[in-house]
Amino acid sequence: MSTAPSRVIETTIGLEIHVELATSSKMFCGCEVAFAGEPNTRTCPVCLGLPGSLPVVNERALEHTIRIARALNCDVASHSFFARKNYFYPDMPKNYQISQYERPLGAGGVLEITGDFPTRRVGITRVHLEEDTGGSLHVGGSGRIADSEYSLEDFNRAGTPLVEIVTEPDIKSADEARAFVTELRAIVEALGVSDVRMEEGSLRVDANISVRNAGETEHGAKVEVKNMNSIRSVGRALEYEEGRQRAALVSGDMPVQETRHFDEKAGTTSPMRTKEYAFDYRYFPDPDLVPFEPSDTWIASIERAMPELPVHKRSRLAEQYGLRPADIGILTTSTAIAEWFEEAASAYDGPAQKVANWIIADLFGLCNEAGIPLTECKIAPRQLAGLVRLVDSGSISGKQAKQVLGGMFATGDDAALIAEKEGLEQLSDAGELSSVVDEVIAENPDAADKVRAGQMNTVGFLVGRVMRKTKGQANPKLVTDLLTQKLAP
Amino acid sequence: MTAGSGPPSGDGLVWRTATELARLLASGELSSVELTGALIERSDAVDPGINAYLHRTDELALEAAGAADARRSRGEAASPFDGVPVAYKDIFVTRGVPTTCGSKILEGWVPPYDATVVERCHGAGLPMLGKTNLDQFAMGSSTENSGFFPSRNPWDTGRVPGGSSGGSAAAVAAGAVPWAWGTDTGGSVRQPGGLCGLVGAKPTYGRISRYGMIAFASSLDQASPLTRSVEDAAALMAIAAGHDPCDSTSIPSPAENYLDGIDGGIEGLRFGIIKEFTGEGSQPGVRARVDDAYTRLEKLGGTLQEVSMPSFQHGIPAYYLIAPAEASSNLARFDGVRYGSRVAGDTNIVTMNSMTRDEGFGAEVKRRIMIGTYALSAGFYDAYYGKAQRVRTLIIQDLRRAYESVDLIVCPTSPTTAFKLGERTDDPLAMYLSDVYTVPFNLSGNPAVSVPCGLSSDDGLPVGLQIVAKTLDEKTMFRAAYAFEKDLGFAGSPEGRPRL
Repeated sequence: MSTAPSRVIETTIGLEIHVELATSSKMFCGCEVAFAGEPNTRTCPVCLGLPGSLPVVNERALEHTIRIARALNCDVASHSFFARKNYFYPDMPKNYQISQYERPLGAGGVLEITGDFPTRRVGITRVHLEEDTGGSLHVGGSGRIADSEYSLEDFNRAGTPLVEIVTEPDIKSADEARAFVTELRAIVEALGVSDVRMEEGSLRVDANISVRNAGETEHGAKVEVKNMNSIRSVGRALEYEEGRQRAALVSGDMPVQETRHFDEKAGTTSPMRTKEYAFDYRYFPDPDLVPFEPSDTWIASIERAMPELPVHKRSRLAEQYGLRPADIGILTTSTAIAEWFEEAASAYDGPAQKVANWIIADLFGLCNEAGIPLTECKIAPRQLAGLVRLVDSGSISGKQAKQVLGGMFATGDDAALIAEKEGLEQLSDAGELSSVVDEVIAENPDAADKVRAGQMNTVGFLVGRVMRKTKGQANPKLVTDLLTQKLAP
Repeated sequence: MTAGSGPPSGDGLVWRTATELARLLASGELSSVELTGALIERSDAVDPGINAYLHRTDELALEAAGAADARRSRGEAASPFDGVPVAYKDIFVTRGVPTTCGSKILEGWVPPYDATVVERCHGAGLPMLGKTNLDQFAMGSSTENSGFFPSRNPWDTGRVPGGSSGGSAAAVAAGAVPWAWGTDTGGSVRQPGGLCGLVGAKPTYGRISRYGMIAFASSLDQASPLTRSVEDAAALMAIAAGHDPCDSTSIPSPAENYLDGIDGGIEGLRFGIIKEFTGEGSQPGVRARVDDAYTRLEKLGGTLQEVSMPSFQHGIPAYYLIAPAEASSNLARFDGVRYGSRVAGDTNIVTMNSMTRDEGFGAEVKRRIMIGTYALSAGFYDAYYGKAQRVRTLIIQDLRRAYESVDLIVCPTSPTTAFKLGERTDDPLAMYLSDVYTVPFNLSGNPAVSVPCGLSSDDGLPVGLQIVAKTLDEKTMFRAAYAFEKDLGFAGSPEGRPRL
């Protein structure tokens, strides 16, 4: 992007993140919480907002919210209540959303993020609990409500517990935003309170982004970016938007306050609506619900039951296994991956870094190709450890091991069994190899002479010949040793 | 059914209290099918003149009556009242039976579930005779705001039965049903009770589940019985009262048996008379009857003393901010999208919502939605809704202080007797003032009952005495009302029944 070198432009980003809680039932009724399904099959008078129905709070959702709040270092309100947020939209059964306004469950938190930028402390303004809306399918027109021919409503999702997390505008780049969402997702996943699947909408991210000349005290016009459906999209959308706003600032065509929609395919943002007026949601305490006061003992018991958070896991993995920091970051993006690694590492008695290397360099690739998460692949962690041991023992070469891994991935069989089946066991018998080495020396007298004359780089050529004769099964280290012995000057 | 002893004839039957009918059913002198048949006949005869019902469920009632008789014959009565029919204000949702809340906007809607009150009454074996008329969404004091037609007072069909539970009151007063359910948000059961010569009893807020009661003002609404005797009111309330896990505002403790000790008398009870209720704006005939009532309470062994409630003067303004504010949000769901009527514009969702609400809601409903929306708006919230909530706190404090020196508070139910149809429809403020004596006790949540105290000498129409108890002290309230009713001898006498 072209910014005048004399100008320093700052980017300011704040995030608003929604997390759907994976409770067994909805926020205010007994309907099941699940993704998709036949429309309007998981509904009842309460989540349909039928006249006369009343909400009853799901305590487990309160507990999950307190977990998130504490994991983000928020204070938990000692007195809290639900409020109604009033606005009309056809996918909202009551035309108000039960949410929180004053006294959110959590407030005043902070989350530290690291990456290729100075460590950043991002303030957490609030963590509150609300109910999700249903979903609309706008048929005809552009696919948005304004010009569609008609809309279909599905209330399966209506009433799903939803936690809203709002950050302070402390994030300074798209990179940091991406790192924040990655870390938050890892935390929520570790807490076991949500599926955190962005593509299914159980984790949703909206961003407010603005730019200004360094030194200015007022923020620039705030642009809200929506429709970022993966962590990658968060980075792409904000990078694009940052560039667009910087260019606008430089050209003097100042950005305006608006909501923009990220187009996944084009990688660009486009205006959705300009906020001509602020909505007045007429919040007031919901008279159908009673205020609640989370007791200190309850909060303490929730804290005691909290699993290890990613930040703690990272320092433990570094200390316990001596892994490279970058690899720790990769292995702790999800609890399941970290658990998988730890299980494999514990089944292996050598340096755990070797196991990590196999996971990161090879196994992830296979999983990506197959489009499955690590935990769903057929290889058990102890089987990967077995593969590494097989290489260590010299039974197979590193190159062969990759082939064996492919077989394990396809069948779920142990490494040794596959190596045997595919005839991949390395020839490590010096006696057996000796005759092959002799043959190769006899067939390549010129090369042999060169080695005898001290041209050691020719050894490699002869090793290659031996490997070819043994169809790659010879242990190359042993072959080299034999050749240098036999051709010693 | 015994032949020899001669069961009460259909005509006498319809004036019996539910308690008397239950005795006849228990003794086998009467069957529920017979009783239900008589009430259907009575409804056919009188309802065209009073328009109490929005929807009658004769067949369902007869079917339920048959089942009740079968239970009784097996000695398995579901409750002492098994087989005594009841009617519901059309604000209670009823599974498979149309429920309109008195509004065109819900026309055609058939709820898939029963309100908790309905469920508990079904459980007690009460056959449902029908759904009664009301001011749309319970907003009104005369039933003239019904989206369909006004009901009429059986004492004088040129007058209103009160409201919003006017249909239930008219039906009970006319002998069409022994007892009925209404709801009381600002006096909507006590006022029609007073105006129709009936007992109207509002429990402590949270004592009866609101689940399935279409919300007008959630923090004020309470299901309340309309009956011909204090005993019946206590009995019907007891059937529905008690904790309901479906209503978060439902009081967790189990309900008491309100009939227990109801005949204990009032010797030694201290009655508070509110200094600020000077009687200004009240009809002389009403004041005279209420003063007589106070004297009677003293005669029965009670003592009277003045209590001061300075906050009560703000009751009506506070009520008319809180109730509309909650209503503006509660009624947002009526938008034509999911149920009820829809007026489809040819343009877009906003037009459809607006046109549906414009045609479906009556003028009073729209007025209150506007007031409530305004009261909750940014910049006005503190001055209106916030301040009204502070008044509410003051009212609760005033009452708590008063109850340190008295056991019950007494005052008129309504400043006037039943007014003429159309008399106040153009003057919403005059209509709102009908509730001046009842509203404070919705704001505070105290239990309160209106019990007949005779006829006004001005116009020969019934006057109600209101008796208000401490929170959850329904038993003392009923005990006092029972003693007063017995001593007065109005209820159950020819004088206590309209010549319809």
